[in-house]
Amino acid sequence: MATGTAAPGRAQIEERHLRTDRWWLSPAVTVTILVAFIVYSTWRAFANDDYFAEPYVSPFYSPCLAENCDSMPLSANAPLFGDWWSLSPALIILIFPLGFRLTCYYYRKAYYRGFWASPSACAVPEPRSKYSGETKFPLIMQNFHRYFFYFAVIVALILSWDVLIAFRDEHGAWGHMGLGTLVLLANVLLIWAYTLSCHSCRHIIGGRLKHFSKHPVRYKYWQFVSRLNTKHMQLAWASLFSVALADLYVYLVASGAFDDPRFF
Amino acid sequence: MSYKANFRVWRGDVDSGELRDYTVEVNEGEVVLDIIHRLQATQAPDLAVRWNCKAGKCGSCSAEINGRPRLLCMTRMSTFSAEETITVTPMRTFPVVRDLVTDVSFNYTKARQVPSFTPPEGLKAGEYRMEQVDVERSQEFRKCIECFLCQNTCHVIRDFEDNKPAFSGPRYLMRIAELDMHPLDVADRQKAAQEEHGLGYCNITKCCTDVCPEHIKITDNALIPMKERVADRKYDPLVWLGDKILRRGKTQ
Repeated sequence: MATGTAAPGRAQIEERHLRTDRWWLSPAVTVTILVAFIVYSTWRAFANDDYFAEPYVSPFYSPCLAENCDSMPLSANAPLFGDWWSLSPALIILIFPLGFRLTCYYYRKAYYRGFWASPSACAVPEPRSKYSGETKFPLIMQNFHRYFFYFAVIVALILSWDVLIAFRDEHGAWGHMGLGTLVLLANVLLIWAYTLSCHSCRHIIGGRLKHFSKHPVRYKYWQFVSRLNTKHMQLAWASLFSVALADLYVYLVASGAFDDPRFF
Repeated sequence: MSYKANFRVWRGDVDSGELRDYTVEVNEGEVVLDIIHRLQATQAPDLAVRWNCKAGKCGSCSAEINGRPRLLCMTRMSTFSAEETITVTPMRTFPVVRDLVTDVSFNYTKARQVPSFTPPEGLKAGEYRMEQVDVERSQEFRKCIECFLCQNTCHVIRDFEDNKPAFSGPRYLMRIAELDMHPLDVADRQKAAQEEHGLGYCNITKCCTDVCPEHIKITDNALIPMKERVADRKYDPLVWLGDKILRRGKTQ
């Protein structure tokens, strides 16, 4: 039996959809950018090289949770995985930001539309005959987004520390600043803005309350996060670009492609 | 300035139908509903269309224009070029009655399944007291004009007729969110949202928000907060433990 817009009783229209605008452009751009990021980050995560150029640490490799990392003075490393881990240490830590973005309410929209065509665009039919949404495994796991948010806050704190230690020169002396410091600073600001604008954060801060009047401080925070939340999509993309650019910058400096310009 | 516009309008009923071509005069400042009315007056007197206020407030003239769910009365002709052929069809999620008129009773059935506002026991009408700051969040959802464009565009039921019994659609999940956020409502809305009204089917692709003529942020302010509240109740053992230890109730 026909289903969807061809289901019995509905207006019998031959065309599956009648949209005349470029509805395919947005999912196509999404897929292109996400694939480019996946390719780049996979290469860098497996590279296990050129991720530290005193005093800069690549955000892909911070914190290092294994013992096989380069020596990175003052970095927030914790070799919890000991010396048995022989692969790239980035593969351990990247699980957390990856999980945070994979379960993020904005990215879900982006990849459901771009990769799953579920739907590609509004009023454009899906190419499948059954749909259960987020009611079954594995998509029911999207409900654990808040746990990834908690980890994302810890990662953002560590990246903030990395910015702090970037106010040194290449010999480790404090009170200096280079272009890399600015790159890492811009990245961490965008990471924080993206993390705090998260829908789960909005809920935890105050959204779960029934009476704002009994919790004036949380209400203030909720208002702040709500304002930030309206820019969640833009922050999701901006922080994705910034984290890749920050890693690329450290890679170029570490591999000797150019010297970090120092301001003072 | 006037010009002749090319229109394709779906004509038919539940048994059969087709897109018919018309050439109609368009004047400056007109909306699509004006053109449909001119069509009725000059070429197709039996063309069925539901409308009422012509001001985007009654929610009657919902249809699809060039494949996009919209109100006929709020779609300006100036958004199209003079050469463009404009296709007007009925909403494609609901059974058609005739021409541009659909049977939207699915929505009324779903509306009846949401228990009404439930104040605390012993609190009589006239004794309700609440602070503005506690109710203003859910007041956004009261702007809904029940045009059912969000229900029409939602792929969960638009593309999958089988899901209609299990899924109430964004309009009624928003109604549940409105009541759940209401400071005086004590009914258990969260489990019902997931288990009886199919909140889990929503994959937050935001088409409901995109088409809302009242610009209600349905996904960000109603559906996602409701998903988070359901996660508190059903998927988060830490919240459950915290509620037990701190003896937090539903009226927090």
